[in-house]
Amino acid sequence: MMNKYKKITLDGIIFNNPTFILVLGTCPTLGLISSALSALEMGLAVIVVLTLSNMIISALRKLIPNEVRIPCYIVVIATLVTLIRMVLDKLLPSVYEALGGFLALIVVNCIILGRAEAFANKHTVAESAVDGLANGAGFTIALTVMGVICEFLGKGSLFGLKIMEFSIGLFGTPAGSFIVFGLSICAFTAIIDKFLRAKRVKANRLARENLLGAAQGSVPAEKEVKA
Amino acid sequence: MATFIALVLSAVLTNNFITVQTLGICPFLGVSKKTSSALGMGVAVTVVMTLAAAVTWPIYEYVMVPLNFAFLEIIVFIFIIASLVQMLEMVIRKISPSLYKAMGVYLPLITTNCAVLGVCELVIDKSAMVGLLGGAALNFGWAVLYSLFAGLGFTLIMVIMSGMREKLNNTKVAKYLNGFPISMVTAAFICMAFMVFTYIG
Repeated sequence: MMNKYKKITLDGIIFNNPTFILVLGTCPTLGLISSALSALEMGLAVIVVLTLSNMIISALRKLIPNEVRIPCYIVVIATLVTLIRMVLDKLLPSVYEALGGFLALIVVNCIILGRAEAFANKHTVAESAVDGLANGAGFTIALTVMGVICEFLGKGSLFGLKIMEFSIGLFGTPAGSFIVFGLSICAFTAIIDKFLRAKRVKANRLARENLLGAAQGSVPAEKEVKA
Repeated sequence: MATFIALVLSAVLTNNFITVQTLGICPFLGVSKKTSSALGMGVAVTVVMTLAAAVTWPIYEYVMVPLNFAFLEIIVFIFIIASLVQMLEMVIRKISPSLYKAMGVYLPLITTNCAVLGVCELVIDKSAMVGLLGGAALNFGWAVLYSLFAGLGFTLIMVIMSGMREKLNNTKVAKYLNGFPISMVTAAFICMAFMVFTYIG
């Protein structure tokens, strides 16, 4: 039972990371990673919208007719985005200003429609909520990491605090965002690939030792399998 | 005339949707492998952007603002765009089956293209439009013209990108750099080239 939620979480954050592995929702990513703070704020807004939309769509999945499901999903998502926009406008005007047009464009962010179509319409409310949180967290972590890199190189600051007196103007523009995004995808896939390969090698070694142990009739091999 | 030149330069070069505003990146990376398909997608997006702005601008200005439900703009706009794309698909299938065959695959994708919703949100934003074009440009005609040229700017970048990617197909790229990463680094060079135009202003 717990194992299932762990798998959903790990898939959302690492193995199916929406930004680095699936490369979805690229427009807000490229538009906002020149500042770490706005990248983090965008991530948090997406976590809220994605979790709520996943839960609502999962709760309504038996009521929504299959033929008109996409328009129904879009209504749910657009309503949530309108709500979060009104809340931010009233309570946190600085965040509303910083995200600008990209706040409204959460509606057409493919991550949210993608999770509704691929996950929420087949799973229970609790599972969909965990999936929404995990994918949102994966998106937020990716954006914040790239935001930190871009802001440090572009302005010499982190989350608006000046650290060093240097700046490479390129990293404050979309061109720098493209370079950081591309190289981050490259690094992330390389690390994941190395990790999976190491895991596979270890599993093969254990299986071989187990076979050898079974052939010799010795007990310790079974212990290792349990561990 | 001066406003018109400012509009063309702004929409196509200095405030290009892809290289400066980073909107519509999904089709830019997804459909730019071949020049013919990139051109098809660019034209389809331009048509939908112009039509969407031409429909949403009057509805926002003359219906939603007077009746005080301007806060529902996102829901109304996304519905207008989705039905517009659906209608366009039916009309094209009826009038010209060959065009439908060429354009058909790209049309449904356009509903979730942020460039279309982005241009509708941009042309109703008075302060942004004054900043881009000056105070003389606040009516229906300029809004539609701006969307048309923004779409043409989008098409221009799509075609440039597809040309570079066709060349890229013939070269050997490092294993993890293949695919999206190398496309993004290529796109970065196009952005850098287009940064030159920001000095026009």
